[in-house]
Amino acid sequence: MDFSSISRRRLLQGSAALTLGTALGARSAAAADTTIGFIYVGSRDDYGYNQAHAAGAAVLKKMPGLKVIEEEKVPETDAVEKTMESMINLDGATLLFPTSFGYYNPHVKKTASKYPKVRFEHCGGLWTDKDPKNAGSYFGYIDEAQYIAGIVAGHTSKSGKLGFVAAKPIPQVLRNINAFTLGARLANPKATTQVIFTGDWSMPVKEAEATNSLIDQGVDVLTCHVDGPKTMVENAARRGAFVCGYHVNQAPLAPKAYLTGAEWNWEALYPKFVKMMASGEGIPNFYRGGLKEEIVKVSPYGPAVSETARKHADEVKAKFMATGLTIFKGPLVDNKGKTVIAAGTERGQKDPELEKMDYLVEGVIGATA
Amino acid sequence: MTSEAVDPVEAVGHIAPASDAGFLQRFGATIEYILIPGAALAGALVVFGIFVALFGKNPFDLYFYMYRGAFGTWFSWQNTLTRAAPLILTALCTALPAQLGMVIIGGEGALLIGALSATSAALVMPSAPPLAVQLAMAAAGMIGGGLWIMLTGALRQYRGVNETISSLLLVYIALAILNHLVEGPMRDPASLNKPSTREIGAANMIGSIPGTEVHWGLVFGLIAATVSYILIYHTTFGFAVRVAGGNIRAAKIVGLSVGKLVLTICFLAGACAGLSGMVEVAAVQGRTNANLAAGYGFTGILVAFLARQNPLAVIPVAVLIGGIGASGGLLQRRLGLPDASVLVLQGIIFVFVLASDALYGRIGFLKGR
Repeated sequence: MDFSSISRRRLLQGSAALTLGTALGARSAAAADTTIGFIYVGSRDDYGYNQAHAAGAAVLKKMPGLKVIEEEKVPETDAVEKTMESMINLDGATLLFPTSFGYYNPHVKKTASKYPKVRFEHCGGLWTDKDPKNAGSYFGYIDEAQYIAGIVAGHTSKSGKLGFVAAKPIPQVLRNINAFTLGARLANPKATTQVIFTGDWSMPVKEAEATNSLIDQGVDVLTCHVDGPKTMVENAARRGAFVCGYHVNQAPLAPKAYLTGAEWNWEALYPKFVKMMASGEGIPNFYRGGLKEEIVKVSPYGPAVSETARKHADEVKAKFMATGLTIFKGPLVDNKGKTVIAAGTERGQKDPELEKMDYLVEGVIGATA
Repeated sequence: MTSEAVDPVEAVGHIAPASDAGFLQRFGATIEYILIPGAALAGALVVFGIFVALFGKNPFDLYFYMYRGAFGTWFSWQNTLTRAAPLILTALCTALPAQLGMVIIGGEGALLIGALSATSAALVMPSAPPLAVQLAMAAAGMIGGGLWIMLTGALRQYRGVNETISSLLLVYIALAILNHLVEGPMRDPASLNKPSTREIGAANMIGSIPGTEVHWGLVFGLIAATVSYILIYHTTFGFAVRVAGGNIRAAKIVGLSVGKLVLTICFLAGACAGLSGMVEVAAVQGRTNANLAAGYGFTGILVAFLARQNPLAVIPVAVLIGGIGASGGLLQRRLGLPDASVLVLQGIIFVFVLASDALYGRIGFLKGR
């Protein structure tokens, strides 16, 4: 804070810079290093979805020759189109990461066709070969990390009752709930997961209510799939329950109650993308992977995780890292008693059937509609 | 919009009072309407500059980037106007009922219902020519939004329900209806992880104003604001509305049918917001999903109050708020200010403009009247 600097001279300097800036604006942007733009739908310190991307952006900031610009709380309307264009026109960005799922259709597709020389990397895995070639979509099989978190949760829970605070009953969320439950039932075949859907991605009040109501019903380990897990983690820890995190490591919020969690590993992926572009090979339009490809990771175990649980989880993790492991394989029965995957059928991570998941597996208490 | 604006109180000393009483008498009110909001805006910018200086940023950089991001380039102008377009229409949803003394803050609900109605209209006539579809969408959007706010008017007129509260609560009902339809009966089965209705089709999109990238919503807004102004200030209907707004008992004594006035004005107000919902679908999103609840209806309330509920003044105020939104991205990227700083500025402007209401009729040199 230095008010003395706002003098008449400073004002003159300011206006001189203003003229100069207008004259040189376009040139200085082009002369700079590669500029990469990150766009977040929420705030970048939400201990959740957006923070995971911001952590990836932070790694790029440290790399030489890169300039990273960021904008947060950009809604999924034409505002994001204007933000992308502003980054291209006023900052000279040549690589953009519009990170929210809802940005893709129609906003990223539209802007990508308009600026064919700019590369657009969208998080969500929606790209098809009908879309612009300078757009791409990446996503991670985070259900692998949820599966491992489920194992730890199953070992830790005394009541055998696990809780899941979820946003919407869409395939991505159902896949996480099911993977978590299947993992937990490896550790304790009688374990159940009670799920509560809050209806939207960021509903802190409902998330807190859901957390409390789950604990009141005897649940002693909770996890979630909402944009910001902070509410669930803090409330559950306050009530003395254990938690598994999501999106990023929430251990700082609840050091004793935090068991482990399913995290994105954008810190590893984004530098890879930049290197692919620099080397000239380009980023594949459709890029996916799990633990083995270092797109997702598992949080370090917390102090409450027993030796048995660690050993079991590490064993399964090693299988994912080595050859890959199929989570969803027959015979698999949903919680209404219907066989959803027949005996002998294995649905690997890339199976398109998994993208349409609309059931909750046996052991989950709750309904999709 | 810089800091060297004239402080109205100080300015009194510089102008010889009563030197041209006739001129001041005739135009004093108009001068007040320009001078007082202008001074309030300048004051707000100075306070915001100090606020930013407290965070160690140079306020002159701030003013420069705000100007550049909002009005500095042709691209910035288009960015500003695109953001202003929905705000003109949603602001009218508050400004029109205000003529009757009603405080309606539920424009967001009318926007959502308008968007849903417009989308439904397009989806039931898949093979009709685009112009017919577009007209049907506009009509459906206006009727849907109009009936939605008319409901609030009827509740107040015939059941004595406070219109401010009921219009606000109806926003949440509108959102629930939208979510229910989008995730249930109207869901496009292909929209797996982002529940949406089917698309209205590229041929039915209304596109941009030729030579620009600003969509037609801006023109609709300008027309709606102008028509509203003429309706309120230059027709007998408008006169009746203002009489009823000024003194409802006097209006009843002279035989005005207040109920009809309330329902008509509420319908027109809702129709404006509904039309903005139609534009969001037909010019931006191409379908209905949760993205539509982006808060345009709520920002519209701010615009209406800043415009002192004058339908014509809504236009420049919407452009101003659109400009602040457009420059917000540049402030984040160049100055590293958090997104919330734009909200802080909006809040400061709001407080200044409301507080400046007390100055009307109290400025010495304009008192000749």
